[in-house]
Amino acid sequence: MTIDRAAVDHVARLARLDLTEEERERMRVELSNILEHADKIQALELGGVEPTSHALPLRNVMRPDEVRPSLSPHDALANAPQEEDARFLVPRIVEDADE
Amino acid sequence: MTTTQEDLYETTVGLEVHVELNTRSKMFCGCEVSFGGDPNTRTCPVCLGMPGSLPVPNEKAVEYTMKIAAALNCEIAEYSLFHRKNYFYPDMPKNYQISQYDNPLGERGYVEISGDFGTTRVGITRVHLEEDTGKSVHVGGSGRIADSEYSLEDFNRAGTPLVEIVSEPDIHSAEEARVFVSELRAILESLDVSDVRMEEGSMRVDANVSVRLKGAGEFGAKVEVKNMNSIRSVGRALEHEEMRQRAALTAGETLVQETRHFDEKTGTTSSLRTKEFAFDYRYFPEPDMVPFEPSEEWVGGIRESLPELPQQRRLRMADEYGLEARDIGVLTTTRATADWFESAARAYAGDAKKIVNWIIADLFGLLNEAGIELPDSKIEPQQLASLVRLVDAGTISGKQAKVVLEAMFETGDDPDKIADERGLRQVSDEGALEAAVDEAIAENEDAAAKVRAGNLGTIGFLVGQVMKKTKGQANPGIVNELLRKKLAP
Amino acid sequence: MSDLIWRSATDLAKALRSKEISSVEITEELLSRADEVNPKLNAYLTRTPERALEDARAADKRRSSGSESAAFDGVPIAYKDIFVTKGVRTTMGSKILENFVPPYDSTVVARCDAAGLPMLGKLNLDEFAMGSSTENSAFGPALNPWDTTRVPGGSSGGSTALVAAGGVPWAWGTDTGGSVRQPASLCGLVGLKPTYGRVSRYGIIAFASSLDQAGPITRTVEDAAALLELAAGHDPMDATSFPEESPNFTEGIDGGIDGMRIGFVKEFEGEGSQPGVKQRVDEAYARLEKLGATLQEVSLPSFEYGISAYYLIAPAEASSNLARYDGVRYGLRAEDATDIVKMMSRTREDGFGPEVKRRIMLGTYALSAGYYDAYYGKALKTRTLIIQELERAYSEVDLIVCPTSPTTAFKVGERTADPLSMYLSDVYTVPVNLAGNAAISVPCGLSPDDGLPVGLQIIAKSLDEKTMFRAAHAFEQDLGFATDSQMRPKI
Ligand SMILES: [Mg+2]
Ligand SMILES: [Zn+2]
Repeated sequence: MTIDRAAVDHVARLARLDLTEEERERMRVELSNILEHADKIQALELGGVEPTSHALPLRNVMRPDEVRPSLSPHDALANAPQEEDARFLVPRIVEDADE
Repeated sequence: MTTTQEDLYETTVGLEVHVELNTRSKMFCGCEVSFGGDPNTRTCPVCLGMPGSLPVPNEKAVEYTMKIAAALNCEIAEYSLFHRKNYFYPDMPKNYQISQYDNPLGERGYVEISGDFGTTRVGITRVHLEEDTGKSVHVGGSGRIADSEYSLEDFNRAGTPLVEIVSEPDIHSAEEARVFVSELRAILESLDVSDVRMEEGSMRVDANVSVRLKGAGEFGAKVEVKNMNSIRSVGRALEHEEMRQRAALTAGETLVQETRHFDEKTGTTSSLRTKEFAFDYRYFPEPDMVPFEPSEEWVGGIRESLPELPQQRRLRMADEYGLEARDIGVLTTTRATADWFESAARAYAGDAKKIVNWIIADLFGLLNEAGIELPDSKIEPQQLASLVRLVDAGTISGKQAKVVLEAMFETGDDPDKIADERGLRQVSDEGALEAAVDEAIAENEDAAAKVRAGNLGTIGFLVGQVMKKTKGQANPGIVNELLRKKLAP
Repeated sequence: MSDLIWRSATDLAKALRSKEISSVEITEELLSRADEVNPKLNAYLTRTPERALEDARAADKRRSSGSESAAFDGVPIAYKDIFVTKGVRTTMGSKILENFVPPYDSTVVARCDAAGLPMLGKLNLDEFAMGSSTENSAFGPALNPWDTTRVPGGSSGGSTALVAAGGVPWAWGTDTGGSVRQPASLCGLVGLKPTYGRVSRYGIIAFASSLDQAGPITRTVEDAAALLELAAGHDPMDATSFPEESPNFTEGIDGGIDGMRIGFVKEFEGEGSQPGVKQRVDEAYARLEKLGATLQEVSLPSFEYGISAYYLIAPAEASSNLARYDGVRYGLRAEDATDIVKMMSRTREDGFGPEVKRRIMLGTYALSAGYYDAYYGKALKTRTLIIQELERAYSEVDLIVCPTSPTTAFKVGERTADPLSMYLSDVYTVPVNLAGNAAISVPCGLSPDDGLPVGLQIIAKSLDEKTMFRAAHAFEQDLGFATDSQMRPKI
């Protein structure tokens, strides 16, 4: 499986990565190589095999509905790049058509 | 809309309802769930999506979701799990929402609704559990996102347990949609799993509306309507949208798939986003949590624990109080109103219809003026019951009772206390009335003579005279009898 | 420099108990050792000497007060900079978190604090634990004390470099595809990957959630068992941590391996490894037989698909785990971006290094519409095959052995040009993470090719660390590598 430039651009947009021109070109080549290797699994006979998203045997792990102390707003915002009135400030919100 | 259009077109509506659960703590962390409050006072590493933090699901939220699924006649999943829904948005701390995908907790249910359109079943596609986002405040411009300069994020709401209920496109008018939402709201209210306040956003409704020529193969362009902040505005918004689309089609225009914003003030919808979005959420199983396999005992216990649901209650009320559908409909719009009526009816222990009339004919008027709900009024159900009993006993007249009710509404005092204070009493004691009756006869000899002569039509005039003398406090029935006795031929 | 810096944590604990030495003395010795070696190794990203000495003084106070102290009270430790530490910068080896100061402690750190282990600092790693050489650190590569022109392995290379150089008796690393075992092997140390779910992941910055597991890096097997014992056990903050309480791992560790059935992997017997590596590993098999185990061949045909499955599953999970680094709530933010999309995209472009971007792209692609079934979906099924094969194998044997890494430490820069070649160095370790089992890497000597350490990997059944510890301990004691002063890097 080789991936083309259009796919690289689309995926970069999905992943919110403002890649440079040469990065995109390198990605196209490197991802193609990696996917080529990954394609080994296409040869496997996987009919009737259940997917394993987790090797754990556990089920129904939940917590009781109990309130625990929250962070102080000061601690919550301590790492904020930009804040205003105890809120996280972000630039104008626009939607990405390709997302 | 004109009848010809009704004949030509058919409307299809599917609803997507989000409900915030009223658990004590958030979906995946111990932060408190509540409304409002200072920004970012109810956050922690988990609901801020801080590096290294992990989600652990709230058992109550899972249970509530299964409760909702059961109340909506859904099948409850034997195997269910969380997925990650990946997309970037600044009010979403992890830039993915922990939600459910192909294994929701509930599927394939229905809600039965009835109204002027008759009785119909609206299918429930799925009921799933997810987490709410934070809240953005848009600064600059009109305060709407479109022309704002920047935004501020508060994550108090982030991670609040959120149940998504998706209906089948079984709804065919704005009115059906409105009734469906109000029935759904009533069901959720009876389950005690959410505040279901559309105004505060604890219940949010989005609608997909499409109009097509009757019998046309595929559905028309799907238009998503957002920002309907009350049950009433669901009706208004969809009414308008339905007409807009019908008008457009009649004018030969083609409708585009878009998202439209409902404006409370103008009662119209306006396009929010016409560009077609190719969303790619890259759903995959949430690796930070393990699947659910609810035991039969658990599910069984939940089904048994279901309270009386609105529809069951309406049937019971019809049969217990002998009321007709119209009255019941009015009395069960909210659970609190129905509860209030029932305690009044039980306190009264007589013909409940009388209680209904007092509530609908008089109390509702006062409530509307005051702009409050029945349970918020000063009047206790028992007090209304004793007021009606005073009338039954003839202690006060119906006219007087209305005055007393208004006073009760003002002060919250008991009816007889008010009646005493204001001297609102009906004189029914014959001895006390005899003098006035004799006077009236003496002063109106010829009228009295006519009565003696058997012309009973004139008796009313004499009764009126007595009422005048007693300043309206005499019991007209008793006066009538006295006159008949005294003027018997 | 006394031999103190080469003693195991267990020895130091004995010395502390017998008042032969104080925690402050140990800590000061290790601090000055780090002053000496760290400039050559770039093992530390953040040092916390004041805090370490403060903790050491407190530990000594507890001991002198005569009150019963925890077994390792006062024995210093250091952490891979992937464990969040309250009030201490935690970078994940990335520019995007360069100045991130967590408001909370990871469970592992909290438990080690409670056990009285003074924290010396935070150790270098491949950015977001993505790498096998520590060359992907945004703060420069860590180097191998055996030969500073070579890599220490990765991603926990800072941890293995410091322990191997005598800068700390033990350290915590994390292992997603071999990131504890492979660098331990390349640095002549013991590296443990416990059963998935054994140690809480709470406060460990996620790379691939279904594979990440914290693991001790030590000089002896006994230390690895002891450190696991300190931190293992259920954590209500981690829904994937085992509910049942974990056993006493050191107890019975010297029970020997007489009669144990140990399997070596047929598919790994060909030329996949360097000759020197193969030689030492074959000798190790013979030694295990000599010690009373019976060796037999087991077949794990799907293991060769492990790398393919791993390099789809891990990036897929990572692409989602790393979405939160967007410049909104913490970490780097690109300057004067005019809208939110530009801000996020530039922040991530500037904040992430090439390997991280590569894996985010790969994972996003593997999950995206139209490719999910062919890639992520198939990878999850391949994972099932690997698990089934292992279960079958464990019906015949108690443990499985193979090399930890096909090669010894390679030269800095040797594999950076070709990502795939770097990925392939995980061939023996990755399947174990996919299956969730426990595995340990123990030194089995120096390669005759280049005089660099070689590691033997011992893979246990899920939750059967104790059998694995017994075998590793018996092997270690018989080989005597850990106690041989000749088997130390000359640095
Ligand atoms: Mg939703
Ligand atoms: Zn929280």
